[in-house]
Amino acid sequence: MGFPFKPHPRETLVLSKHFGEAEARSLDGWKARGGYRALEQALGMDPVAIQNVVKESGLRGRGGAGFPTGLKWSFMKLGDGKPHYLCCNADESEPGTFKDREIMRWTPHALIEGCAIAAHAIGAETAYIYIRGEFTEPLERMERACAEARQAGVIGRNAMGTGKRVDVWVHKGAGAYICGEETALMNSLEGKRGNPRIKPPFPAASGLFGMPTTINNVETLAAVPHILVNGGAWYKAMARPDNPKSTGTKLWSVCGNVSKPGNYEVQMGFPFKEFLYDLCGGPPRGRNFKAVIPGGSSVNIITIEEAERAVMDYEGMADVGTALGSAGCIVIDDAQSIPRQVARLARFYAHESCAQCTQCREGTAWTTRILERIVAGDGTAEDLDTLLDLAENMTGKTICVLSDSCAAPVVSGLQKFRHEFEALITRKTVHAVPTIVS
Amino acid sequence: MSHGPSATGGAAISTAAPGHAHEPYVPVFTGETKARLAALMERYPTKMASLLPALWMVQEARGWVSPEAMAEVAQELGLTAAYVKGVVTFYTMYHQHPVGKHFIQVCTTTPCHVCGAEDVVKAFLEKTGCGELGVTSPDGKYTVIEVECLGACGFATPVMVNSDFIESVTPEKVPELLKRYQ
Repeated sequence: MGFPFKPHPRETLVLSKHFGEAEARSLDGWKARGGYRALEQALGMDPVAIQNVVKESGLRGRGGAGFPTGLKWSFMKLGDGKPHYLCCNADESEPGTFKDREIMRWTPHALIEGCAIAAHAIGAETAYIYIRGEFTEPLERMERACAEARQAGVIGRNAMGTGKRVDVWVHKGAGAYICGEETALMNSLEGKRGNPRIKPPFPAASGLFGMPTTINNVETLAAVPHILVNGGAWYKAMARPDNPKSTGTKLWSVCGNVSKPGNYEVQMGFPFKEFLYDLCGGPPRGRNFKAVIPGGSSVNIITIEEAERAVMDYEGMADVGTALGSAGCIVIDDAQSIPRQVARLARFYAHESCAQCTQCREGTAWTTRILERIVAGDGTAEDLDTLLDLAENMTGKTICVLSDSCAAPVVSGLQKFRHEFEALITRKTVHAVPTIVS
Repeated sequence: MSHGPSATGGAAISTAAPGHAHEPYVPVFTGETKARLAALMERYPTKMASLLPALWMVQEARGWVSPEAMAEVAQELGLTAAYVKGVVTFYTMYHQHPVGKHFIQVCTTTPCHVCGAEDVVKAFLEKTGCGELGVTSPDGKYTVIEVECLGACGFATPVMVNSDFIESVTPEKVPELLKRYQ
């Protein structure tokens, strides 16, 4: 939709179809738009049959990892006599990403419906939607919608009169990027410090409260009702003909130095060049695009040349050496200094490290200090090698991937824009205009 | 999620609220609030899971989470005060010291940074009279901090004032915006 702009004709509006319609927020408004038909259908289905429809659709996790959703659900051992839980990850904190926020603000019942269907499909009676504390409006919208759905008997002890119990509760976070990591989120929900857990055990074996748990992203769950109503084949058809591994539509949050920032929903396989220049309106006037971080700040930076030949799906982004991630697309123009932006990203990770693992606690802090020194004009020739050495020690060596995420922009930034770092070290000026021309 | 002089640990903040330590502590969880907590606890299989919501209730009522309040929450949930403090200190949104009447958080992470968020911060520091990050203005009205990604990157620069979420703030809009928070 390019929301809040008018939808572009080349968008495919599934999840964002009702963005901007205040009426869609109420239970009646949602039902008038076909809402809760999928849940009614699902509650009459065998959980395994639901899993199979989702498997057939090819839906993959939209939080960043891209794990096949139906397969994840099938890891839950039905009928094991234990309480099962569903967690919805609404801790959206990945810099560049702001899609889940709009789903919750405009279509809260879509998420509740997705949660209720998923809960039934994994044998859970309780779902918790963990929303970051800063999202005051989405929290309010979700709370209100949950109360409304509960009061109407859509969810609760006797969901839609089927005798099945499906509770959906909203849980408010309190400010911590790391709680978007699945096991950290579970610890936080349990009332603990949000430290990620060592895996295995994986959540399907021992998750929330030590019980079998599935955790899915907001956008993933919001897609489920559409898949159930329209069928797996319908969803699967939205893909490149030569790549059946990425299916459906994807919300792309676009921000940074771009003419029309916002959320765009396109089918998997959309050409990135046309997306950036046609849908998003290209760079701000008088500027050129220089670099793109396409999948949220934790993925590799690519040059605009690489971006222009990329295809927007999981494999297409991997082909140009980056990742689709959370599809939080940060666009950087030629007025910006890459070292300065990489330093700012490193500072983010240093601030957000939970400090359990030495490589991360020390690595993110040292990386930040060195980068800020370089940006301040006090860098030395050895600094760049030290940064790469640090990054090597921060990758694949910790409990979670926060440390790897800090290393990614450093390594890719140095690979592709080394001249900018070197220019700062040799005290040549790198042009950096702090304010943007709109 | 502050940088520089921390909003939760800065000495300047603790001196901004004289007298707090000497007033007798009035419990938060009585009457309706206690009933709300009890209802909340039914959502979870453990008492401990109500900890974050309980701390939010404290902050809503008092504006910050004092050591006495941590002890009270601990008692309500069958935890130790030390445990509660351990949790409080992990999260950036719980204030461990009183803050200004209006708590202003300006996002400065990369997507906002490339759109000039630093100038928005400067404008707030200047127009509020705070001067420095994490320091409460002399009139006790404002505290300004930088915050990490607020998740509204397409609408740079997002700013939170108390629980209000304001998008697309520019340095020019700051004076007008502050008029709403007196």
